[in-house]
Amino acid sequence: MIERRPWLDMLAHAILLLGLAVVAFPLYVTFVASTQTAREVADAPMSLLPGSHFVENYVRALFAGSGGGSSGTPVGRMMWVSLVMALAIALGKIAISLLSAFAVVYFRFPGRMFFFWMIFVTLMLPVEVRIAPTYKVVSDLGLLNSYAGLTLPLIASATATFLFRQFFLTVPDELIEAARIDGAGPMRFFRDVLLPLSRTSIAALFVIQFIYGWNQYLWPLLITTQEDMYPVVIGIKRMISGGDSVTEWNIVMATAMLAMLPPVLVVILMQKQFVKGLVDSEK
Amino acid sequence: MATLTLRSVTKTYPGGAPVIHGIDMEIGDGEFVVIVGPSGCGKSTLLRMVAGLESVTGGEIRIDGRRVNELEPAERDIAMVFQNYALYPHMTVFANMAYGLKLRKLAKDDIRQRVEAAARILELDSLLERRPRQLSGGQRQRVAMGRAIVREPKVFLFDEPLSNLDAKLRVQMRLEIQKLHRRLSTTSLYVTHDQVEAMTLAQRMIVMNKGLSEQIGTPSEVFEYPASTFVAGFIGSPPMNLLEVDVGPEGSVRTADGQELALGTSIVPPEVRGRRAILGMRPEHLILHARGLPLEIEMIETLGSEQLVHGRCGGTMVVVRCTARMAAENRLAIGDHLQCGPDERHLLHWFEAEGGRRIPVA
Repeated sequence: MIERRPWLDMLAHAILLLGLAVVAFPLYVTFVASTQTAREVADAPMSLLPGSHFVENYVRALFAGSGGGSSGTPVGRMMWVSLVMALAIALGKIAISLLSAFAVVYFRFPGRMFFFWMIFVTLMLPVEVRIAPTYKVVSDLGLLNSYAGLTLPLIASATATFLFRQFFLTVPDELIEAARIDGAGPMRFFRDVLLPLSRTSIAALFVIQFIYGWNQYLWPLLITTQEDMYPVVIGIKRMISGGDSVTEWNIVMATAMLAMLPPVLVVILMQKQFVKGLVDSEK
Repeated sequence: MATLTLRSVTKTYPGGAPVIHGIDMEIGDGEFVVIVGPSGCGKSTLLRMVAGLESVTGGEIRIDGRRVNELEPAERDIAMVFQNYALYPHMTVFANMAYGLKLRKLAKDDIRQRVEAAARILELDSLLERRPRQLSGGQRQRVAMGRAIVREPKVFLFDEPLSNLDAKLRVQMRLEIQKLHRRLSTTSLYVTHDQVEAMTLAQRMIVMNKGLSEQIGTPSEVFEYPASTFVAGFIGSPPMNLLEVDVGPEGSVRTADGQELALGTSIVPPEVRGRRAILGMRPEHLILHARGLPLEIEMIETLGSEQLVHGRCGGTMVVVRCTARMAAENRLAIGDHLQCGPDERHLLHWFEAEGGRRIPVA
């Protein structure tokens, strides 16, 4: 639509700016709060100008943890747990779905479509729906409070399998035939031709799945009971204490800022590949 | 360098009708053979069976005397050029050509040498670091050929390699393929639906129809002595005129719908007298205003150097090809009635009315 209506343009911009403010303001408040002392944060109204305790608060959050709530674990440790979890989920999902899509598209075996639809149907079963049986399985396997328990149940991914399947179907058959004539076996073809061609889709999926993994809340909440296995998202919740003790809001806010950082970094660093992967399939 | 032998090769897809009904063929060392036929005649399937991309249902394929039915494509020592090039999009031209050699575990220096030699032949030297999408269609096709050349295979297989190119480039690449074959003289099997490609490239050609080979022979044999009405109608542009006729015992010829043809009994051979047959005449062998077929002109196509005159003879359309000079000398108009005919006996082709096989004429 190409229209020259200045007042419409202004209205559109005004709405966009308003939306931006609504989204960005809480982030700003979080940042401001994370640079003040606990008392300054508790003041009403809170100052909206950054305080002078930036370094102090962040160092404390990272290495010492909040003295207040029930959690004494340093955020550094929680960030590490989160990072391992998010990476394992993202990479595991990509690896498994690449392989299963490869099998479904390129091999003829009995029940091929049955298995594909089985995978597809799980799209309708998010973690929340199957959480009780999954918990039982993981606890019987003795995987509570372990990285394996945190990541394994979340790795299987119908979305990613489906995405790769659709991509593989667009790869021309002649490419496989050329590879066969060149003497490449199936796995060789997978490694030398399919993987490089899927690069952009892999990047896009990595971004999505990393954030998905990083933001997991319910599942880690269930299966972690030791503080040193808490991911940072849980950590934030634990720092907010109820009852008698005082919540150190400045440290909580610093932690929240830190927790936001890795997903933001991943998105910024991989933005170009991410967009390319969603928009076109390079052929 | 090798021979390629097909012995009653058949192909039936599981649960489907047979698509190839038994092809026998012997391709000599260094020979360039073209398989030509309309789409769906099984020519590509046959080529893919030789390549090992399709299984062989019956019969035997031998490359250089060795039975290859059960071998993987890579073990058959063949190289194939695909219609849509099938270049690996993420690899450079060099990597594309080197990939097969790398898998064969050749030494790095050896690979470099071979690829560079092939690139020189195909004038790709300056493009080795490019990716396929940065190349034009003709260049991609050359890379695809380069990938075949570097393997130094026993047999080259071409699957309609020029179909995706525009007309001008196609002519140019045709010449390049010819040059290449003269230089390397590798045994080659080439599939196309384009009869011009077939006629110009082939040392021998196979005309296929519905999974059967209609005729195997040199291009001039196929053109001058088509073995069946199918070949007669397929090779040559515009195609041969075919008229169903009844030949009297004394040599009179009348079309199936009763039109008398004044061919002259002297050019009607004794082998066809007294029976129903199909008479074939090439458009370029018909002369306007000569004794023979009565014609009512329905359309005239002017092609510059020549003119195609479409007329109706009884119920059949007949095409006459005449030079522009001749057309200029006697003006024709749509609706004109005139006669046209051949005047030499060997320019007539006779086929059986049933089945359309050629009737040998002394």
